[in-house]
Amino acid sequence: MSNQCKCNCGGKSNAFTQLDEILSKYQNTKGALIPVLQEAQSAYGYLAREVVDYIAEKMNIPVSQIYGVVTFYSQFHLNPRGKNIIRVCQGTACHVRGAKAILKAVEDNLKIAAGETTSDLNFTLETVACLGACGLAPVMMVNDDTHGRLTPEGITEILDKYR
Amino acid sequence: MEHIRSHVLICSGTGCVSSGSKKVHAALQEKLAQKGLDKEVKLVETGCHGFCEMGPLVIVYPEGVFYVRVQEEDVTDIVENHLYKGRIVERLLYKEPISLEKVPNYSDIPFYKKQMRMVLANCGHIDPEAIEEYIALDGYQALGQVLSEMKPEEVIEEVKKAGLRGRGGGGFPTGLKWGFTRSAPGDKKYVVCNADEGDPGAFMDRSVLEGDPHRVIEGMAVCGYAIGADEGYIYVRAEYPLAIKRLKIAIKQAMEIGLLGENILGSGFNFKVKIKEGAGAFVCGEETALLASIEGKRGMPRPRPPFPAVSGLWGKPTNINNVETFANVPQIITKGSEWYAAIGTEGSKGTKVFALTGRINHTGLAEVPMGITMREIIYEIGGGIPNGKKFKAVQIGGPSGGCLPEQLLDLPVDYDSLIKVGAMMGSGGLVVMDETTCMVDLAKFFLTFTQSESCGKCTPCREGTKRMLEILTRITEGQGRVGDIELLETMARNIKATALCGLGQTAPNPVLSTLKYFRHEYEAHINDKKCPAGACAKLAGYNITDLCKGCSLCKKACPVDAITGVVKSQHEIDQTKCIKCGTCLTKCPFKAIIKG
Repeated sequence: MSNQCKCNCGGKSNAFTQLDEILSKYQNTKGALIPVLQEAQSAYGYLAREVVDYIAEKMNIPVSQIYGVVTFYSQFHLNPRGKNIIRVCQGTACHVRGAKAILKAVEDNLKIAAGETTSDLNFTLETVACLGACGLAPVMMVNDDTHGRLTPEGITEILDKYR
Repeated sequence: MEHIRSHVLICSGTGCVSSGSKKVHAALQEKLAQKGLDKEVKLVETGCHGFCEMGPLVIVYPEGVFYVRVQEEDVTDIVENHLYKGRIVERLLYKEPISLEKVPNYSDIPFYKKQMRMVLANCGHIDPEAIEEYIALDGYQALGQVLSEMKPEEVIEEVKKAGLRGRGGGGFPTGLKWGFTRSAPGDKKYVVCNADEGDPGAFMDRSVLEGDPHRVIEGMAVCGYAIGADEGYIYVRAEYPLAIKRLKIAIKQAMEIGLLGENILGSGFNFKVKIKEGAGAFVCGEETALLASIEGKRGMPRPRPPFPAVSGLWGKPTNINNVETFANVPQIITKGSEWYAAIGTEGSKGTKVFALTGRINHTGLAEVPMGITMREIIYEIGGGIPNGKKFKAVQIGGPSGGCLPEQLLDLPVDYDSLIKVGAMMGSGGLVVMDETTCMVDLAKFFLTFTQSESCGKCTPCREGTKRMLEILTRITEGQGRVGDIELLETMARNIKATALCGLGQTAPNPVLSTLKYFRHEYEAHINDKKCPAGACAKLAGYNITDLCKGCSLCKKACPVDAITGVVKSQHEIDQTKCIKCGTCLTKCPFKAIIKG
């Protein structure tokens, strides 16, 4: 299996140094697959095929099984994502307070649909079932910042901060 | 020694942080230093007060003055007038929504007055990142007490007598569950805390973890001692980064001073706690799915028995309880089962934390004794419905629960009474809806959620919810057929009877309860192709009433020239041309155009 790095470093660095560190940290831990995937994703931004193959080999778990886990949980991504992750809450409280209009405003602003990434890789737009900030509905999160009491008119101002 | 004359508490729960409490904290710090007050006034970042609607919240002690919606620019006023000159800043006080009276004191605010804060007692009052503050309020006393004075069986007996039932939704008696795990054969046992709070509209577990993490850890340690486990896991949603951070700090602090780890308090009892971050799957709130997820697998449920109490994590006996359940345990031990059992109703003891959201004045967390009526929660604590709208229904129990109409508002809220009327306690999310919410659309909303979260293992849930969703979608789009209601009912009954786990078995509840109490709305959609609430875009029609003055603004604004009429006389909308964009409604200065 080829573990050659596909970036522009010209093969000067071992592409999987970080991954090796993560794997060695969990070497003797039971049920470590999910934490390993979580940390690998936060190191590389998404789970590229090469990363999944490497984890499979080192942890001695079939790629098919890892693929099963990765596609089961909404947190994992197999494709590159934007620099800023927008998660618009579609929970009950947000729904009754107008979450649909908020999502539409974000979609119109970024000119992408939920689940897509802008072509400049600056934003990825996702929906989430509930952020647990129902008291401030409607809500969305941009990266780790929660923005509450949203109005469709106020969306541009918030997004501009991340441009 | 420093002499602290005032404490300023700043809420740093997720709600207040997103309303700007971090900036307020920084500004206060700067201003106090500038005024030379930083040695005598102590700033404390606390967990959630539950009154998220009014955030960011700042409380000044010893007076107990409660400031709401405090922004950076208000800080100068608070420091210079209140902390320097002792004058309360009136404009930042909470105003009663109806009488508009200002209420300076925390305990006098109606939102808190009717509450009985036991689980949430410390939330908002202590620094959740300092174990000393929890200990100062009798924290870890219960653990000390069970380790020094009680046998494990006695602890279980005490929890049984208290009548504590699982707060995660099912309402299974906690003591009984502990007893099963204790008596299951095996040397290695586990305690698992279910903090995968996935119900849309519920955030009490998040607040407890963010505001008082030690209470949950202590509850788990007491449970570990009672069932004979030396290891615990907390399974937390990855969407709750602050809760995870505070739990990590809490576990580290407890380890350092020997309240977790080896030979706790010299008793020979060992207990350690690990955190597992969820990866985003609602079904993982189901206990067998949660265990599969901790083991690093796809989080899919399996048939029970065997129950986790017999064969759980890695095949070992495992006791799983929800965050709020564990948070109830320490006080049962310190204050006694009799005290606890005196609160609540015959079958449901203690308090329950509800998350009040939706079309209600005071959104936030309310902890009330079991048996209080829904009306008291919504009108007295929640402050009623905003903008003069009419109450229509309250949805309780998330995607597994049901909608209750006006006539059931005087129902005492407990596990059994809710089941009787077709809802369930669930995790305690209360979403209030007014006349602008369409109940068919709401049922569709919940089914969309359960359908996308269905793990796909069993056919009734995977296929059944999909078919039900298709029917609901066509009803809301004006394509409903005669017989659809009956078909929905049959499918709902079959799915309830045959699905593998709780997610599937309860998925039809929102449809069944809206059909039970709001059947006429379904009929209006199917027979008259009308949405009475005016929420379903494809069914909404616009009409001009006799309030029309004939100004013809709407006529000019209509993009498809569907409006006709001469100036100064009532205009008319040609329904065949109308594309239902709603532009006319927003343009009319006389509110003469109605939707519905």
